[in-house]
This record gives sequence, structure tokens and C-alpha cells, in this order.
Amino acid sequence: MTPYLETVDVTKDHDGVRALDRVNIAAQLGQVTTIVGVNGAGKTTLLKILAGLDTPSTGKILIRGHLSSIDELRAHCTMVFQKGVMFGTNVYNNVAYGLRIEGIPSQEVSSRVRSALAVVNLDGFERRHARKLSSGEQQRVAMARALALERDVLLVDEPTANLDPANAMIIERAIKDSARSRAVLLSTHNLAQARRLTQHVIHLYRGRVVEEGEPSRFFSNPRDERTKLFINGELQF
Amino acid sequence: MDPIIEGIIRALDLILSGDPEVLSITALSLLVSAFGTMLACVWSIPVSAVLALRSFRGKRFVKGLFNALIGVPTVALGLYLYLLLSRAGPLGYFQLLYTPYAIMIGQAALVTPIVVSFATGALESVDPDLRTLARTLGASELQTYGVVIKEAFWGVVLAVIAAFNRAFAELGIAMMLGGNIRNLTRVLTTAIALETARGEIALSIALSFILLGIVMSLSIAINLARKSAR
Repeated sequence: MTPYLETVDVTKDHDGVRALDRVNIAAQLGQVTTIVGVNGAGKTTLLKILAGLDTPSTGKILIRGHLSSIDELRAHCTMVFQKGVMFGTNVYNNVAYGLRIEGIPSQEVSSRVRSALAVVNLDGFERRHARKLSSGEQQRVAMARALALERDVLLVDEPTANLDPANAMIIERAIKDSARSRAVLLSTHNLAQARRLTQHVIHLYRGRVVEEGEPSRFFSNPRDERTKLFINGELQF
Repeated sequence: MDPIIEGIIRALDLILSGDPEVLSITALSLLVSAFGTMLACVWSIPVSAVLALRSFRGKRFVKGLFNALIGVPTVALGLYLYLLLSRAGPLGYFQLLYTPYAIMIGQAALVTPIVVSFATGALESVDPDLRTLARTLGASELQTYGVVIKEAFWGVVLAVIAAFNRAFAELGIAMMLGGNIRNLTRVLTTAIALETARGEIALSIALSFILLGIVMSLSIAINLARKSAR
């Protein structure tokens, strides 16, 4: 079966340093694919390339088996960042921003904003100023903003890194629910989260995919020595 | 009577009685400075956007140059513009010297570095992640500029108000390019200078109160508007 999103030998060099080295990964609709790895492994760089925010030095990105341009990537993917960046306006306008850019009629914008906010338990927050919310609430707004766009691919970069368990649980539930109709690529170094959410785990180390597989095998019987060390919390940067 | 108290009484009298000459001088001052500032904004705000949001060689030099130009002596600038606009100058054909248009052009040139430097600072202070975020939500390059300008709106407004206040309170250019001609190019600053030279201290103080009143009211109004918008 052709993957929905696929990278082929994607390499990225930053100022002479190789951030990604011939990365080949695939993501399917209806699945959460989790990229795990220590800080600096290249997870965010990879997600940014998939979001069309950066370009690979070499290699290709395919959507449904077809070579895709940056514009096509932006049309198919959206991204939630580790830090919930907010526009200086209310929650409604934050979530509606992308929908208005797409020229969606205001009535549909309103209904999509409300359902996206409901997914992250923020009903009734529409008129609140987004920057005055707690960091957990802001991250939930960021998630709602991405979900409202209804893109086929959701890229989520360390979404619960600085959140309390209650907010993290809401975000995780939203990721799980959204994967029913999307391909979700989640980057995390929270292994428990990866176990809970994912159907496929990829271990990225120093810009290379060192191991991948379905979570029960990946976590119980890792084949690569670096993956074993990573799971045991012993892998050095 | 103390000239300051006399000036205050005279100012109130001139304003409340609707003295036609004072009103016409004040109106011309407002008009010339407003148009001069708007003219400067036409090129200064796009330049600020480029300086704040694009990377290019020599960017630091250009920013430094605009910062340095804030302190340019108005008499020197007035002289160069005088030579440019005088009958024998390259723009003499347009016969702009000693007209309100000459003052507008002069004030626009004077406040350009103020708008550019302050607006660039305001635009640069916007979190760069907002542009990245807008990109992930489908915004074009131009639309991401819109996000930054919207975020920096009040900073840009303050830059424009600072420029207007500078233009409104400016004397050298108004005198050299306008000539202080009664009912044509006489503005508040040149009128104050003239009345002081003539020994009409009370009238000068009265006009200066009008000048200060307008500058301060505008600044207070903008600050109140900014606070209520938050």
C-alpha cells in the first residue's frame, strides 16, 4: 500500500553540519507515527521540512507516491509546535486564522472553530484573549487551530513537553481522535506517550533513522544498540 | 503681569474667541505636518518592513544610517532642500519654494529616519515564530508580513505620531522653505519665532501653548486608544 506521506533519502545540511542523513520514513492515513530521539536528533528539522517550512538539501518528499512541491506540502500538512505561539487576539480569531486565509465562508468558519475548540475542551473560550491563557490552554488552542484546518497530515512537535498531566491528557486524546481521518506524525522524547499513542515508532539519532517498528516490538525487543540505550535513558547526545 | 500668566490668558482668549489668524496658522500647521508625515509614511513603512523582515547584505549599515539621520540638523537639511527647490535648483521648475508644499516635502524628508527607525524596531520586536506559524496555517509570504504589521500596529502608530510631533514642532525647515509668509506659509513655529523677535512675548507664549497642547493631546489620545485596544 502506498504511504500517504513518504520521505526518500532526505538529507539536510545546516552550516556544514548534517542535521538529517538519508532519512526514509512513511506515514499512513489513520495512524499516529511517532518519531522519538534525544534532543538534537533532527526531529524538528524533519517535521519542518514536511510542513514546507524548510527545504531538504537533497532527497524527495512524496504525497500518495507523487513528488510534492513546498506549496503542495503546505496545502496538505499543518504543524503544532512545542511552544503554543498565539496571535495577539482572541481564541476565536486564532483558530479562525487559517480558515479565513482559505476563504471559507464565515458561517462554516464559526462551526469549524467551535467543533475544534470542543475537541480540546475549550468550549466557551472564544472571546478570551489567547495570550492571557495558561501555557496548557494555549497549547490546546494551537491544537484546535491545526485541527480546524482539516488537513490530511498533522505534524505535532513535542506537544506536551511543558504541560501538566491534565492538559497533556487532553492533547493526547485530540491527537488520537484526529488520527482517525489523518496521518499524524508526532515527535516526542516521552516514551510513555509514544507507547500510548502510536502505531509505528521511528528512532532518529544524529539525523539518521536507526530503528523503526510497531510499538510493542520496538519497546520490548529493540534491535539497535542505540535504541536500547535510548529506551533505558542511557543514550548520550 | 508675569508673561507666562499673561500668555496663558492670551492663549485662552485667542482660542475661545476663535481668532481667525491663530486658527488659520494652527490649521495650516496641522495640515502641513499631517501631509508631510503621511508622505514620509508612503515610503518609510515599506522600507521598515523590508529592513525588519528581509535579510540582505548591508542591512546593518542601512539601519545605522537611518538611526544616524535622526539627528541631522534641520538647518542643514533645510539648506540642501532650499538649493534643490530654489529657482536655479534641479527642482526649481516646479516653483515649490515658499509654498506649503515645500514645507511638507521638507518635513517628510526630516521625519523619514524617525518613521523608518522606530517602525523597524516595532516590527523587529514581533515574535518571529508568528510568521512561521502563519505559514503553517496557509499564509503566503505577503500575508505573513500582514501578521507582523498587525502585531506591531501600535508600535508603528507610535512611530508615526513621534514623526508628526517632530514635524509639527519643527522650525528650521518651515522657515527656510516656507519663508513665514503671512496667510500662506506661516505656521505655529515660525509665528512663535517672529512674535518673539518682535517682542510679543505673550502672543508667543500663547501660540506655544497651542503647539504644546496639540502635541500632548495627540500623544495622550494615542496612549489611551492603545490601552483601550488591549
